[in-house]
Amino acid sequence: MSHLTAWPVFLPLITGFLLILLRGKGIYYQRIVSLSAVAGLVALAVALIVVSLPGQYQVYLLGNWTAPFGIVLVADRASALMVSITAVLALAALWYAVASNTDEKGPHFHVLYQLQLFGLNGAFLTGDLFNLFVFFEVLLLASYGLLLHGGGRLRTRAGLHYVVINLIGSTLFLFAVGTLYGLLGTLNIADMAARIATAPGDSLGLIAAAGLLLLVVFGVKAAMFPLYLWMPGAYANTSAPVAALFAIMTKVGIYAIIRVHGTIFGSEAGELAYYYMPWVLGLGLVTLTFAALGVMAARNLREQIAYLVLASVATLLIGVGLNGSSALSATLYYLIHSTLIAGAMFLLADVILKGRGAFEDRFESAPQLPNAVVTGSVFMFGAIAITGMPPLSGFFGKVLILNAALHHEWVAWVFTILLAASLLTIITMARTGSSIFYRTLPPPPSPAAGEPLNRNAFMAVIGLFLVSPVLVICAQPVTAFTASAAEQLLDSTAYIEAVLSAPAVNNPSIEE
Amino acid sequence: MEYMISLSIGILTATGVFLTLRARTFPVVLGLTLLAYAVNLFLFSMGRLTIGLPAIIDKTAKAAQYSDPLPQALVLTAIVIAFGMTAFLIVLALKARGELDSDHVDGLADNQQTPDQRDIGKNIDPDRGTVQ
Repeated sequence: MSHLTAWPVFLPLITGFLLILLRGKGIYYQRIVSLSAVAGLVALAVALIVVSLPGQYQVYLLGNWTAPFGIVLVADRASALMVSITAVLALAALWYAVASNTDEKGPHFHVLYQLQLFGLNGAFLTGDLFNLFVFFEVLLLASYGLLLHGGGRLRTRAGLHYVVINLIGSTLFLFAVGTLYGLLGTLNIADMAARIATAPGDSLGLIAAAGLLLLVVFGVKAAMFPLYLWMPGAYANTSAPVAALFAIMTKVGIYAIIRVHGTIFGSEAGELAYYYMPWVLGLGLVTLTFAALGVMAARNLREQIAYLVLASVATLLIGVGLNGSSALSATLYYLIHSTLIAGAMFLLADVILKGRGAFEDRFESAPQLPNAVVTGSVFMFGAIAITGMPPLSGFFGKVLILNAALHHEWVAWVFTILLAASLLTIITMARTGSSIFYRTLPPPPSPAAGEPLNRNAFMAVIGLFLVSPVLVICAQPVTAFTASAAEQLLDSTAYIEAVLSAPAVNNPSIEE
Repeated sequence: MEYMISLSIGILTATGVFLTLRARTFPVVLGLTLLAYAVNLFLFSMGRLTIGLPAIIDKTAKAAQYSDPLPQALVLTAIVIAFGMTAFLIVLALKARGELDSDHVDGLADNQQTPDQRDIGKNIDPDRGTVQ
């Protein structure tokens, strides 16, 4: 039993506590500790991917209690991938926060940031349903603090909505977990999956209802229709690094659907195997429709990007709902792309907002940005990536998902809605680019009100955008990895076997 | 006892849902608290209802003679989390009241509301007055 599985969870927790102790020392030390911890997290995530590559499940028994009784952390290819995406995104967003001095606006930015990472990594690695609830609460409570960081009227209002909807989500989560425990007598995900096959026939209806209740909870997290209304307001009104980090928050919901539903109601579940799939696919299609309309109707750039995140979530839901190893592999590929690019777009929107001064990021004519050529080129690059046009990775992701949909019975719906939504977002992003960069007013007589380009902060944006061409150039190894991760996710028999048979560490000193 | 418990959970949930759908922050906070009580009772009853049985198995007792300790642990966790969340929400609601100058969940001023909401506002807050 290697401790590597537990470190991505505990490193941010320990750093968070350390940062509280460093509070009096000033922001400089906090920044160094926080940045080096996140850099360490990237290294840990890479190590986790390397270890999980051969296909072994890394099961970590917390407190050395064996599986159905104790809480387990499980790392496989998919969870290692999620931890890596989180770490890379967190590093870039934190770099931006430090370089643009966003972290100075409140005393506890770095503490909350680390606790947010603690919750995220825990949610990706846990193998226990109630523990997943606890990690959800940890990441939510940290995100409430981060969302409100800096303060402001709109932020408070959006924060209130966000907190209330997530509290309702937590209550529903507990109802669902309670029902499943009452019927199956366990909270371990692998043990639940094993027991559902032998559950008595008259309890199947209740189990199915609890499963759909869980889908609602994860739908709130993932911003699935009709539960997405909190999301554009919250993402558009918070500070840029936090919005960038929140790009992974919606993906926690997607991952939880893949992990929890895919394992419990997977191939082992008999009558209930994959019964939730039509819901995921159907709601994904509806979400995508509304997201495309939202992108067109947005009044400012940040709101528009929030709706683009919603569109990417909807595309991922469609990929999950298509239910197959090639669809799941395409989903994971698109997930890497959409998370990192959406994060970069939020940061870029902040660069544009600061450059335009009092005009902020509203779609109206303003004096030209300082360094408009650089910012504009990067915006065009990002717009191509996020709308899914060739030659960048969004295009590949969408092609892979469409390809996986070819033999599905809903193929006509998937093609129509996915392509129409892409067309609408492409048109809208072209309009956005021209209204921000081309339709400019003559320069004002006094020196421009906007801030000049912050080069250090801009490096984080460029760094995140570079992921897109890398994903294209390395498409073969990346898709090979996502395909093997998808195979592993669909093999719930092996998951159950690995978790339930993980041996406790034999410690001679505690034996009698 | 089953009827008593299920009736309590049902009433708490119904009241909680009703209050959560109100337009003012204070009823929403109360509603969420009631929902948290309901879910705690629900979790507790998922370990099956027993009377006078210990939560640990001792050597003399038969296997069936104990009450399931796990839901009790879950409830304890859920209570702590709900308590913290409620405290946070109350502070946030007060902050919103101060910054938005209104305790409406959307931060609407009294004159921006629909007629029914204005009437409700009148009943709750007679001293603040309403603009027609």
